[in-house]
Amino acid sequence: MELTRRDAVAALSALGLGGTLAGCVAPPGSEPVAVEHLRETLIAAAEVVYPSAVSGIEPFVAAFLEGRLADRAHVAGLDEAVAELDGNARVWYDAEFAALSVADREQVLRNVGADDADEDPSGTASERVRYYVVNDLLLALYASPTGGELVGLENPQGHAGGIGTYQRGPNA
Amino acid sequence: MSWDRAPAGSAASGADGDADRTPVANADVCVIGAGPAGGIVADRLAEAGREVVILEAGPRFDPDERLARQERAIRPAYDRPDVWDGDPERDAYKSTGERFYPLNHARARGVGGSTLHWQGMVMRLHEDDFDSASVRGVGADWPIDYADLQPYYAAAERELGVAGAADNPFAPPREEPHPMPAFPPSYSDSLFAAACDELEIAMHSVPNARNSEGYDGRSACVGYGTCQPVCPSGAKYDATVHVERAERKGATVIDHAPVQRLEHGPDAIEAAVYATPDGESHRQSADAFVIACGGVETPRLLLLSASSHYPDGLANSSGLVGRYFMDHLFAGTGGVLDEPTRQNHVGFLTSESHQFYDEADAEQAPFKLEFFNYDGPSPVELALTGDDWGDDLLERLRSDYGSHIGMGGLVEQLPREDSYVGLDHSTTDDHGNPVPNVHWTVGDRALETIERVNEVQERILDELGAEITWQVGPEGTGPAYHHMGTTRMGSAPTESVVGPDLRTHDLENCWIASSSVFPTAGAMNPTLTIAALALKAADHVLETMSSIR
Ligand SMILES: Cc1cc2nc3c(=O)[nH]c(=O)nc-3n(C[C@H](O)[C@H](O)[C@H](O)COP(=O)(O)OP(=O)(O)OC[C@H]3O[C@@H](n4cnc5c(N)ncnc54)[C@H](O)[C@@H]3O)c2cc1C
Ligand code: SF4
Repeated sequence: MELTRRDAVAALSALGLGGTLAGCVAPPGSEPVAVEHLRETLIAAAEVVYPSAVSGIEPFVAAFLEGRLADRAHVAGLDEAVAELDGNARVWYDAEFAALSVADREQVLRNVGADDADEDPSGTASERVRYYVVNDLLLALYASPTGGELVGLENPQGHAGGIGTYQRGPNA
Repeated sequence: MSWDRAPAGSAASGADGDADRTPVANADVCVIGAGPAGGIVADRLAEAGREVVILEAGPRFDPDERLARQERAIRPAYDRPDVWDGDPERDAYKSTGERFYPLNHARARGVGGSTLHWQGMVMRLHEDDFDSASVRGVGADWPIDYADLQPYYAAAERELGVAGAADNPFAPPREEPHPMPAFPPSYSDSLFAAACDELEIAMHSVPNARNSEGYDGRSACVGYGTCQPVCPSGAKYDATVHVERAERKGATVIDHAPVQRLEHGPDAIEAAVYATPDGESHRQSADAFVIACGGVETPRLLLLSASSHYPDGLANSSGLVGRYFMDHLFAGTGGVLDEPTRQNHVGFLTSESHQFYDEADAEQAPFKLEFFNYDGPSPVELALTGDDWGDDLLERLRSDYGSHIGMGGLVEQLPREDSYVGLDHSTTDDHGNPVPNVHWTVGDRALETIERVNEVQERILDELGAEITWQVGPEGTGPAYHHMGTTRMGSAPTESVVGPDLRTHDLENCWIASSSVFPTAGAMNPTLTIAALALKAADHVLETMSSIR
């Protein structure tokens, strides 16, 4: 199932991030953050945590990140989590996370403990990777109409999908 | 509070350091608490041209942060109280009854009060609820009847904006249609309807304080599905509506201003002493005071205001301040069908049954049945927990979501002296005041009625062909977060705290607007009745103020 521009807008607006996809946003604040690197890393992680049934990951994740960039605290947390992934990838594979094969990326996510960890934006490295990378991507997907439809729910929680769908039967 | 935890949109309502939190000169009325009760009273009194000040313990939240709060509601890193910035030190309490009472899941603090978090089901009490002792032989009669409250109910429905229909054959008499049409039934309601028809159980719509069309300058519901604990669109009523309306009419709202005690003489309150974030303490004087702090903090404030005149607590000559604490008990049953049930599209209910409500007597409590639209897991929440991702996660979501079906119910508990809110002197809050001690006792009539509710629920689910997978019965039951009874209303000053005019028997310038005045609870969600009583209280305040001018 193809992730669309509408999904990205929906995911952004579910998180209060405006929902316009115009222009390019640099994070506010003085700390310089390598936005392109965050984007690559998130897309690389999405290829692991999203189901194989979805396509169009790249523009979807890029648009979602663009919205997140407005929140400085979030960007700082994401930057640290990405550094965590790169650090582990370098130790084990001598390359940055985004440069690895999908299987090796998955192994790095497991190495840092993001699979077992409960998300916590101010917790341990595993909990932060789970929050800023794995769960942020899953939240974006499963609060969007396409993500919801994959599960059989066109109007998932967090998406303002109107009051028609709850009345409809499965075959409508 | 989880500020070391930040993100989730980094929503934060820190105290605005520059705000003027000094008392208002020449205030006619001081309203304490900015929930629906306080908001409605303040709006009415400001409308009548009175100088009104509202003191609210919690913050004023930024409406632009609601989506960030919604993110907190969905993400597992945040507990329910985190959504509205609960602060464990400020909100400290003790629970000492036979059942644990999760107080901070049962309220929100700030402009809007607990309606920021509420579900928004609003029904009128039934006529017999006002005459429980006479008609059912248990509980206490209210000193007023349904007929006394009926015009206020109609006005309250207009104030909150209620979407409802006249299809409930068990509801008390109405004088006019609801302000908005009811939400249409859900797909799962139609599954229930077939089974209920067979069992001759009537289903009907639910009155919702939620816009089924644009109302009062607020949008129609857009289906975010996170109504409880936050509606980002404002389609669900919350009391910011009335607080802001009161402000537009000239009322002053002071947030981050917890009232510490009420200074008083023998017959009247002189001032509300409140703390501000800069560490200062202020005195707000006024001609009249309306306490609208909810069913737990209202008795607590009176008990904290004990004096040589009132050694057991202010307005407590009866000794009943804090006594008769009641909540509604939840009873539920659910399971799975072998077909799609289409749950979790929206976060509110569209069908109920009040068929068994008026069978109530000394042995059986009144109860109502609810048909869920959000039974079973929400896929997005489920996706954020577990140790899988990718195709494995999608497979898990598909197998866990889709076929759940469930029912709830609310059951009345009787007022009992051994169920109370008191002070726990061994623990203090962030201002050094003893915290509330919630000592919750339920009683056998309610517990036995829960069994009856479960039986009816099982019959319906069996008829539907569901495999039952969960049940909340008398052992596992919990509160519905409706705090009632702790400053009960009555005619005799020895047997009640306020009179039928909502004024305390002891103090001539102090009214209480809250479910704390309910003598007996009924089994309907309380807030429409709170709103009706708030309107009535406002009338009495105005009458009294005009007569002394
Ligand atoms: C999860 C949940 C779901 C609910 N669902 C429903 C429902 O579907 N239908 C229904 O009818 N009801 C429901 N309720 C209950 C409903 O929210 C309350 O009945 C209603 O909000 C009570 O209104 P109130 O104004 O009396 O008190 P509150 O809304 O609790 O407001 C009291 C205010 O007073 C302030 N305050 C307290 N002490 C002080 C002090 N010392 N100084 C200054 N300010 C103070 C508090 O901070 C608070 O803001 C629900 C509640 C919860 C928690
Ligand atoms: S479903 Fe609930 S949260 Fe969403 S808009 Fe409607 S009332 Fe608000």
